[in-house]
Amino acid sequence: MRLEPIARPTIWRSTLPPAIAIGATVVIASLLAMAAGGNPFSVLGLIIKGAFGSKFALLETLNRATPLIFTGLAVAVAFRARLWNIGAEAQLYAGALMTVVLGTGLLPWSGFALLPVLVIAAMLAGALVLLVPALLKVRFGVDEVVTTLLFNFIFLLFVSMLLEGPLKDPMGMGWPKSERLIAEARLPRIVDGLRLHWGFGLALIAAGVIWVIERRTTLGYEMRAVGLNREAAGFAGIPVNRVLVKTALLSGGLAALAGFSEVAGLKGNLTLDLSPGFGYTGIIVAMLALLNPLAVVAAALFVAGIFVGADSMSRAVGVPSYLADIMLATALLLMVVAILLTRFRVVRE
Amino acid sequence: MDFFDILISASFWTAAIRIASPLIFATLGELICERAGVLNLGIEGIMVAGAFAGWMAVYSGTGLWTGVAVAMAVGMLFGLVHSLLTVPFGLSQHVVGLGVTLLATSLTYYAYRLALPEVTSPPKIEAFQPFEIPILSDIPLIGPALFSQTPLTYLAFILVGVVALVLYRTPLGLALRAAGENPAAVAAQGLSVTAIRMGAVMVGSGLMAVGGAFLTMSAFDSFFFEMVNGRGWICIALVVFGAWKPGKALLGAILFAAFDALQIRIQQTPLGADIPYQVFLMMPYFLSILALIVMSRRAEVPAALMVPFNKGER
Amino acid sequence: MTDNGTARVVLRLDGITKRFGKLVANDAISLSLHEGEVIALLGENGAGKTTLMNILFGQYTADEGTVEVFGRTLPPGNPRAALDAGVGMVHQHFTLADNMTVLENVTLGTQSLLALSQRRAGAREKLARLSADFGLQVHLDAKVGSLTVGERQRVEILKALYRDARILILDEPTAVLTPQETEDLFATLRKAVRLGLSVVFISHKLHEVMAISDRVLILRHGKLVAERPIAEVDKEKLAALMVGAEVSAPRVEPGTPGAVLMQLDDVTTPDRGNAPGLKSMSLALRAGQITGLAGVSGNGQGALADLIGGLVSPETGRMELDGAQPTGWSPRVAVQSGIARIPEDRHRTGTIAAFDLTENAILETYAQPPYSRSGWMNWARAESFTRQIIDTYDVRCPGPGTRIGLLSGGNMQKLILGRVLEAAPRIILANQPVRGLDIGAVNYVHGQLLAARDRGAAVLLISEDLDEIMALSDVIHVISEGRLSPGFPRGRMTPAELGVWMAGQGFEPHEAEQEDSAHAP
Repeated sequence: MRLEPIARPTIWRSTLPPAIAIGATVVIASLLAMAAGGNPFSVLGLIIKGAFGSKFALLETLNRATPLIFTGLAVAVAFRARLWNIGAEAQLYAGALMTVVLGTGLLPWSGFALLPVLVIAAMLAGALVLLVPALLKVRFGVDEVVTTLLFNFIFLLFVSMLLEGPLKDPMGMGWPKSERLIAEARLPRIVDGLRLHWGFGLALIAAGVIWVIERRTTLGYEMRAVGLNREAAGFAGIPVNRVLVKTALLSGGLAALAGFSEVAGLKGNLTLDLSPGFGYTGIIVAMLALLNPLAVVAAALFVAGIFVGADSMSRAVGVPSYLADIMLATALLLMVVAILLTRFRVVRE
Repeated sequence: MDFFDILISASFWTAAIRIASPLIFATLGELICERAGVLNLGIEGIMVAGAFAGWMAVYSGTGLWTGVAVAMAVGMLFGLVHSLLTVPFGLSQHVVGLGVTLLATSLTYYAYRLALPEVTSPPKIEAFQPFEIPILSDIPLIGPALFSQTPLTYLAFILVGVVALVLYRTPLGLALRAAGENPAAVAAQGLSVTAIRMGAVMVGSGLMAVGGAFLTMSAFDSFFFEMVNGRGWICIALVVFGAWKPGKALLGAILFAAFDALQIRIQQTPLGADIPYQVFLMMPYFLSILALIVMSRRAEVPAALMVPFNKGER
Repeated sequence: MTDNGTARVVLRLDGITKRFGKLVANDAISLSLHEGEVIALLGENGAGKTTLMNILFGQYTADEGTVEVFGRTLPPGNPRAALDAGVGMVHQHFTLADNMTVLENVTLGTQSLLALSQRRAGAREKLARLSADFGLQVHLDAKVGSLTVGERQRVEILKALYRDARILILDEPTAVLTPQETEDLFATLRKAVRLGLSVVFISHKLHEVMAISDRVLILRHGKLVAERPIAEVDKEKLAALMVGAEVSAPRVEPGTPGAVLMQLDDVTTPDRGNAPGLKSMSLALRAGQITGLAGVSGNGQGALADLIGGLVSPETGRMELDGAQPTGWSPRVAVQSGIARIPEDRHRTGTIAAFDLTENAILETYAQPPYSRSGWMNWARAESFTRQIIDTYDVRCPGPGTRIGLLSGGNMQKLILGRVLEAAPRIILANQPVRGLDIGAVNYVHGQLLAARDRGAAVLLISEDLDEIMALSDVIHVISEGRLSPGFPRGRMTPAELGVWMAGQGFEPHEAEQEDSAHAP
């Protein structure tokens, strides 16, 4: 077989393969639900209902989507420049760490002054964590996939060390967790009485800002050029390594905001289970969004919905909630094929 | 106990070789994939799946070697998924590999919950037992370290030789290496690059799964979540460290495992008690990164690694 | 060489048709090849020669038609069957693995993949015999990466012969050879024909076709338009048949050289993998003059292009622009110093396929006003610049928002020309500017280079095509192993004389080993 590019795809060409990919994901999930003794229709129904079926469910989904928007943006920005940042998990914890270091009383300021400082400090921490693999890549040519992956393990151990050492909450009854943030360091709720914090608002703003950066700024143009053809970009005079380092700083900063927003908006302190793999899930979010920053918001809502819905479904009918992870992995793999098929047709030689 | 005592103790080397064994399987698997030109980031998930599949098979009543075969088959199945998407479709090996890791891991956890819905702690199986090779196991130091291991460890060492022999001494190995160097050369000689690469990825993935199965069937006797714990990623670093050569990869795995065994022992010394245990646990990962940096200058990367091959294009 | 009438037919193509989407690459082509015969397949780039040979070799499946070898129909889409039937192909881009030895490359795929060991002794014996019979000397245990281009081609031919090929197909085999190496190749082919082999020779170089073939077949736009015994044609007739009209290359008047705009003085640059860097090179580029750089590919042309293009800096020696050494030499500084760079590979380095025309047009200048101010892009200005290029340089496309990857090579090259020439450059680096273009586009590009020269630009033309160099250049240098010959004025040297330099003869003993003072005036 051979793939032949299609110059002007028809409407069917552009919509049918992704639709089939989603359909196939649903079918596979149904089969697995049946294997677990569930009725596929009620399982899928319960997932949707659990994610979007009530005000409570919807708010839960929005809350769950918030860190995913940040990590999704982090991955989308990096992948756009073909910088394989698989380390959003570590950068997330870096942001969370900085938030509890500065936000538990070290800076006794009003929220008006403190929150912007926390945002910037968290972003710097995340940027710094990705800076190391980025520099190793541009200086020594070390593949950043492996280094960023390994950094996830290293950084989690580092956080664990601090939580059992200097950052340990003396009132924590021996549990490895940090002290709680002071009230001024907490993100307020968007609407009083609704369990949704300003982290979500910040995530939407971040998506908009990234979209503007990619489309309208010189840096965005450079990032896209470097990602699409590094050799041509270098030949044309684009400072490829500098662009990669800038991209790394931006990406690491975005991922760190996920940690900041979870701590300051939701949890109030830092524990080792702050993130159930938001960093890795960000890769799925970014890929489903085709790296488009605005689509990241939609993809994050979709992914968060599946997680929240699956949790609620699992409590109701006992089908393991890992079904959500399977659905997302399947959707990711089928979607990359589907996207390929919107642009190429398979022909015999 | 000081360093020297540790280094000449037989139990230390026995542990090192035991720790090295799963790494050897998985590193060989990754090496085969990469030598054919395909990066396989599915390794971490495939090891998880292999660990579960082999253990589950034995738990359901098959023999130990059948369990190894089941793990291998499951690994090859995920290898098929990875190679199908990355070879004929030429999709990003990074993205697909991570997707396969996610898929394999989540399917494994799902299957675990289905198979054992009620348990709080996973059941144990009758795992591989050490088999002392007569005479050889009586050699001081080397004997216990190398010749009092489980059969799976012996298999790992034998496989290093087999893989090296196949790669460098057979027409198949020649074709496989050529597929990773210049696939056009393979196609021009009337061979199918697609078939060679897909075959390599499937066999390699099978070995990764056996590496995972070693954990549940030889090193331990039960399956835990997070059991693989980044070993797959470390194997990718070991392939680079071994300059894509089986012998050097073996050496890397043993060095790495020795270091790992050493840090466990230092933790138990008075010196180690003053240092947070996380520092020791970080060491393997730091060591892997260090290895990548050291080797980055002179690594002989297969020229067509991560380059999809389409006959229509040149 | 042989009488076509009586010799038996070894290869017959019958009604081969191949479509790629709407493009008909081969349109009902039929031909036959006789034992001991050399036929030439002549045609412009894109005429369908390579597609036809890929079908014959089983790499493509024809939509219609059959391939018959020694009277047997080949199953379509099966390179193995073609190989087994005795068809051997020497590809234009060598299909060799650099990191492996000659022996490994030659024996690859000749044994069952399930065989438990490699036959090595037998292979050595057979290869020794073939080397002697065909005059193909090559060291079997050398890594292919360390061989010269000529040697690699010998390996490619040995590969075919080792598999007992009776029909040799050579796709543009001389593109990378010196005139002397071409002669050696022809000698090998003549030996092969005497031993009863048959040869298909694909080329667009008319004098080579005249020199080696018995019969010539001409392809144009996928159709077989003419078939002539070589005795009945001459070069002019062939050229006319090939393009379907009289060829009208731009008339080249000699240029009037002006001041030295760029001066290289004893410059050395690092080697690049297998390709040599520059070795104590001195060169002056003058205004109003085309300087041609002849040489076999991989002899330092890339290093010189990278140096002038800003990608590398001199390791030792001086590089002067307008009498001053530039500081912080980089692609961007090169562009800002008025150097126009037409890269060797327009797909890989010249353009970004997924970017549209506008994004490609400002690739070198995006960081300066008016396209970018304090970090913000001005896309309106970029687009109006692109429209100007499209109009001025006749880029055929739906509009500035089209992805450039969808354009033909000629139109892509026109956009690159527009991008660099609109800045009124003083120095033009043209690296293989017409490779892969059809004659119309070739003439257009050459015309633009000559016009730029007449406006007073200094042009450095790098090409592997000696004919192109000799036609356009006011002064010719030959590069070999990173060393530069003296400059020869237009018309001074014959191709054969240049070929001696291209083969690396005539240079002073290695200059790098001499004292620096030896170069002082």
